[in-house]
Amino acid sequence: MNLWRKPLDLQDIKVARGEIHIIKDLCKGCGFCVEYCPKDVLEISEEFNTKGYHPPYIKNPDECVECHLCEMLCPEFAIYVTLKEDNNVVKSASEEGGQ
Amino acid sequence: METLKTKKMKEVHPMEDVLRMNRIPHIWCPGCGIGLAVTAFAAALEKAKIDLNKVAIVSGIGCTGRVAGYIKLDSFHTTHGRAIAFATGIKVANPDLKVVVFSGDGDLISIGGNHFIHAARRNIDMLVVCVNNFIYAMTGGQVAPTTPLAAYATTCPFGSVEPPINIPYLADSSGAVYVARWTTLHIRRLTNSFIEALDKKGFSVVEVISPCPQYYSRINRLGDGLDMMKFYHDNTEIRHGEDTKNLDIGFQGKIIMGKFIDRERPSYTERFD
Repeated sequence: MNLWRKPLDLQDIKVARGEIHIIKDLCKGCGFCVEYCPKDVLEISEEFNTKGYHPPYIKNPDECVECHLCEMLCPEFAIYVTLKEDNNVVKSASEEGGQ
Repeated sequence: METLKTKKMKEVHPMEDVLRMNRIPHIWCPGCGIGLAVTAFAAALEKAKIDLNKVAIVSGIGCTGRVAGYIKLDSFHTTHGRAIAFATGIKVANPDLKVVVFSGDGDLISIGGNHFIHAARRNIDMLVVCVNNFIYAMTGGQVAPTTPLAAYATTCPFGSVEPPINIPYLADSSGAVYVARWTTLHIRRLTNSFIEALDKKGFSVVEVISPCPQYYSRINRLGDGLDMMKFYHDNTEIRHGEDTKNLDIGFQGKIIMGKFIDRERPSYTERFD
């Protein structure tokens, strides 16, 4: 069932793309960012940081839409997101959605 | 080593103008929610565009009492339970400052309960952030006045027999002008609540329900911080304007949250003028 109408200006909508920065040595491996990322960008890695925890790594870097939820939900101030300015990487919404 | 250092210098968190980054990593356990309350508060300061030189932050003793040490504003780490008494002095001496009390349930409601009631009665213009983790966490998991009935703690191995205090009801009946409750999972609503409360003239209370993975959750076998966040996701309900009488929290019961009180009363410094 198609619940959403297709916007008329679909070609012009640009989805923002973000770049995630992880300060690995501050991470304590609580897993909040991995669990609550709406696009499943992050995953817990196998590597250890200096304190012996497993910090997350960026699994799908192109999926990030700069919602800043991982930044807000990090209790250790160890992750932050910046807007990716590179226009070549920005996919238009028609390419992305549609289904 | 040199390259490592330069790499570290490059990674600058955007909240570094509000945080003392040389003291971070902080002492809170993995999965603790106090860091989330601090993040929301820092985001609220940034969004509300408040002059950081006009904010003073006061903490008492306890896990949440460490907050004053990590925030790069005028901050005071006071004796146990006397955070509100100290903040009252700041506000009366310098009414231009925005005074924020950031402390835990054991500090504000138990040992400082008397100060809490009387500051609300006088309606002193300050924001009180009460991080409620249901237990005295720093001293080893003793029963607190907010521990739900039948929950275990190190000092009640057969379950707590004392009915817990209802913080929004206490604040409402004592005369607070703004009372809200959120969990650490509802971080954006919590940030908006902080912005509203910072703007409000009078005694504002924001209760933040926070997971305590090392004491409350471990003794009661509730899993780690992430399990508590999932519990908050499934067992919370937003009811704005709910009667504060109905806001008791039972052991693993439904948590009702939202903005309960938003009213106008002349504040203490206004009455002086």
